[in-house]
Amino acid sequence: MDQKRPNQLFRNKTAKIAAIPMILTALFVFVGGTIWTITYSFTKSGLLPKLKWVGLKQYDRLWATKKWLVAIENLAIYGILMLLLVFIIGFILAALIDQKVRFENTFRTIILYPYAMSFVVTGLIWQWMLNPEFGVQSIVRDFGWKSFSFDPLYNSDIAIYGVLIAGLWQGSGLVMVLMLAGLRGIDQEIWKAARIDGIPTWKTYLMVVIPMMRPVFITTLVLVTAGIVKVYDLIVAQTSGGPGISTEVPAKYVYDAMFSGQNLGQGFAASTMMLLTVAIVVIPWALLEFGGDKKHG
Amino acid sequence: MANTRTMNVEPSGPKPKKTLSRNNIFLYGTLFVIAVYYAVPLYVMIVTSLKGMPEIRMGNLFAPPVEVTFEPWVKAWSEQCTGLKCDGLSTGFWNSVRITIPSVLVSIAISSVNGYALANWRFKGANFFFTILIFGAFIPYQVMIYPIVIMLREMGIYGTLTGLVIVHSIFGMPIITLLFRNYFTSLPEELFKAARVDGAGFWGIFFRVFLPMSVPIFTVAVILQVTGIWNDFLFGVVFTGPEAYPMTVQLNSIVNSVQGVKEYNVNMAATILTALVPLSIYFVSGKLFVRGIAAGAVKG
Amino acid sequence: MKIIRTILAATTALTVTSAAQATELEVMHWWTSGGEAAAVGQFAKAFNATGNNWVDAAIVGGEQARAVMVSRIMGGDPMGAFQFNHGRQAEELIEAGVLRDITDIAEAEGWKDIVNPSNLLDACTVDGRIYCAPVNIHSWQWLWVSHKAFEDAGLDVPTNWDEFVAGAPALEKAGTLPMAMGQQGWQQTGAFNVLMASLLPSDVYMSVYGDKNTDVAGGADVAKVFQAAADARAMASNSTVQNWNEATNLVITGKAGGQIMGDWAQGEFSVAEAKAGEDYSCLPGLGVNPRLSTGGDAFYFPVLKDEAKIAAQTELATLMLKPETQVAFNLSKGSLPVRGDIDMSAANDCMRKGLDLLAKGGLLPDTNMLLTPDTSTQLNDLFGQFFTDPSMSAAEAQKTFVDIIADAE
Repeated sequence: MDQKRPNQLFRNKTAKIAAIPMILTALFVFVGGTIWTITYSFTKSGLLPKLKWVGLKQYDRLWATKKWLVAIENLAIYGILMLLLVFIIGFILAALIDQKVRFENTFRTIILYPYAMSFVVTGLIWQWMLNPEFGVQSIVRDFGWKSFSFDPLYNSDIAIYGVLIAGLWQGSGLVMVLMLAGLRGIDQEIWKAARIDGIPTWKTYLMVVIPMMRPVFITTLVLVTAGIVKVYDLIVAQTSGGPGISTEVPAKYVYDAMFSGQNLGQGFAASTMMLLTVAIVVIPWALLEFGGDKKHG
Repeated sequence: MANTRTMNVEPSGPKPKKTLSRNNIFLYGTLFVIAVYYAVPLYVMIVTSLKGMPEIRMGNLFAPPVEVTFEPWVKAWSEQCTGLKCDGLSTGFWNSVRITIPSVLVSIAISSVNGYALANWRFKGANFFFTILIFGAFIPYQVMIYPIVIMLREMGIYGTLTGLVIVHSIFGMPIITLLFRNYFTSLPEELFKAARVDGAGFWGIFFRVFLPMSVPIFTVAVILQVTGIWNDFLFGVVFTGPEAYPMTVQLNSIVNSVQGVKEYNVNMAATILTALVPLSIYFVSGKLFVRGIAAGAVKG
Repeated sequence: MKIIRTILAATTALTVTSAAQATELEVMHWWTSGGEAAAVGQFAKAFNATGNNWVDAAIVGGEQARAVMVSRIMGGDPMGAFQFNHGRQAEELIEAGVLRDITDIAEAEGWKDIVNPSNLLDACTVDGRIYCAPVNIHSWQWLWVSHKAFEDAGLDVPTNWDEFVAGAPALEKAGTLPMAMGQQGWQQTGAFNVLMASLLPSDVYMSVYGDKNTDVAGGADVAKVFQAAADARAMASNSTVQNWNEATNLVITGKAGGQIMGDWAQGEFSVAEAKAGEDYSCLPGLGVNPRLSTGGDAFYFPVLKDEAKIAAQTELATLMLKPETQVAFNLSKGSLPVRGDIDMSAANDCMRKGLDLLAKGGLLPDTNMLLTPDTSTQLNDLFGQFFTDPSMSAAEAQKTFVDIIADAE
């Protein structure tokens, strides 16, 4: 009846109170911080934020800078490949381990431990392994294959793939663990039913199991993508953005602009571009995901 | 053939009877090769940390140490210089613990409740704020430093442990909330409805119904947060003073010093030492993981 | 009433006595390696001897340290003192009024007369007021050559840049890397700046970096330097190391002919127990124009409210330029002192060459003093690209160089 209307705000009161931290964070930190960043991207801030308006000058400079263009290209290459490979590798590993293998604990720990290592040293180790003088290339050559060449980090065109190798090593363990959690949540009955129906295993995975793991996939997707967009430490540790600028990425561009170049305005302009791209992807997804819910209230 | 045979099919208990069946070789073989890819860098790290510097300078990465020495480990823990103090990593260890424990607890507590509220108590605007949260997961940390410094300063808690815990909770919120929300939505709705009918309220249902069923997901959340917060460098150094710097600051000083001789063996030992804490969490949580998940698959 | 008065009196007595106790001053810097720490330890020792307490806050990496410094100041919890390089990095902080004016200390100690060269103080002087205490001088313009590499190839050890370049083909034939260079932008820009300072007359260097004169920057003199840089690029093309000290190691072990690196490379040679003049030679100004640029470090002091801490700051600033501390610090660090009037006889060979040049006045301001960090970063990016991309011609690079200088402030 009509009496419900005025109490709309107090419905689910406890839930709303419990969600206050989230609401505050979302509004003040994320929205507030983003607005702050965008505002100052139109200024000439150097080391400290200053309200000296310069219109679109920071953006003009941004898009004219080769380093930024290379950074975006690298992020696209690294991002797409990383996303695909980490899911494929992570899922296959999870599926393999899910087969109730012996030594599961060992295998799982070996694949997951790279995630515990801070990027600082991950980058360094892979720098060594990919070093032509004493890394993988020299080992294979010592074995007799004299013309084997594997030094991506010193070749501007393919250096980003060298970084990809290290990134995959670091991240696929976590994806595997998440996928494993999802797989373990699938009821055994489903498998039996599929086998009774005569469906081959790979098809069961593809058509039945994966769709059932949708929530896990989405969580993992957000996790991995967020990590890719923010990738910085790995690049700095492994190649410092080099050779030259061939492994630059947007997050590093932002950091360098803010703290080496002491040019906050430029750094904020770059971040705003990054955030814009993310918004373009996240907002339609949200509308899709949550648009239907409104009907169920 | 199909019907009678399938009706007598035994549940697939122990796997293939022949241990050397083709499937098994393929399975274990693949896992072994993959495990090598993952393990080799660790092998290099361990082997390097046990060598003396002259041996390392000769350059063969993969060779086992001719002379095993534990000195790099001792140095990394208690003797390496990280500025004026020459106490190695031990200075920061307890600071890291002091930072990590409350941050993990608070961030997971808040995010799990968030996820629960979003999954089961849909109220107006919930999804709007949630979307903002997801968006927030993509913002590079460096960009948010200054706004947060200003915010904490105004609140009067800049430089305190509370401030740092809040910062970690804020940045952990998007992913961990997503994790919990997706998990809780995948649980059957009948559970929730039944509990409501029984008269339980928001907190009652959370603590008595959902919490016990969520051990695996809490495990994953702990893995994520412990790793992220323990390995964090930027927030630990910007939001505290030198007496409270976490271990990662010393690690960074040891590994990244620009001038002077790079003692690779000490660097490797230092890295492994720093990683031991998250690693042991993984190891311990492994059991919770496996058993918990299998038990948690409830079919309504 | 009486009780209150007694309590008040007692508390005042307590505060008076505690003021006489040691004051803690937090000092932030990025000297984290063993050698650097020993050097900064000299300052700490001297400071602690005054009855105060040095609280050390060491964060590796200039950019990270700077990010922390600025955040702390903005957050309202500034440290007592911090380190920056000589130059324009602290300009904005001075303008924002968050740094303490120490002109009074400078005048009391007579810094204007003892600091040599005077551009060290000028770099932190705004509107006639001084804001920093310069503590050392590091120079970039050194060519370090390995005797072994050249003798093995049957050549004489070069004494200047041209001889070095001429010897490159023979070195390559002998399987040695002519020039070692780490693949990081700052090293490559540094090498270019060294070529600019050493192969050209000072007025050209100053007109490009000081006056930002784009005609000179695009002119024939600078084109010669770009050509030399292209030569350097060719010589270092197989140098597959990242860090500067890995490159120095190649020179020490005779696997590379030489390296353009600043005077801090001296430390590597000392640790490897190489002998100057026998195992290696150090050529200031690449042996062409013996001039050194005056980079280095200076300490700045944030504005504080606590009286005791302000007094401690004054003591710290004063002792940093005292003769004994200068000697102790600079010998430890391998840099040149900012005072011309002290005894550095314990210095090694290469440092003595530097001291001589310092005394004779063969100095140039470091690019950090002339360019903003923003411009420096852009140049780092340009030279990072140039040195790793053989297809970029010297002319192309010069054109981009001119654009950057045109935009510089």
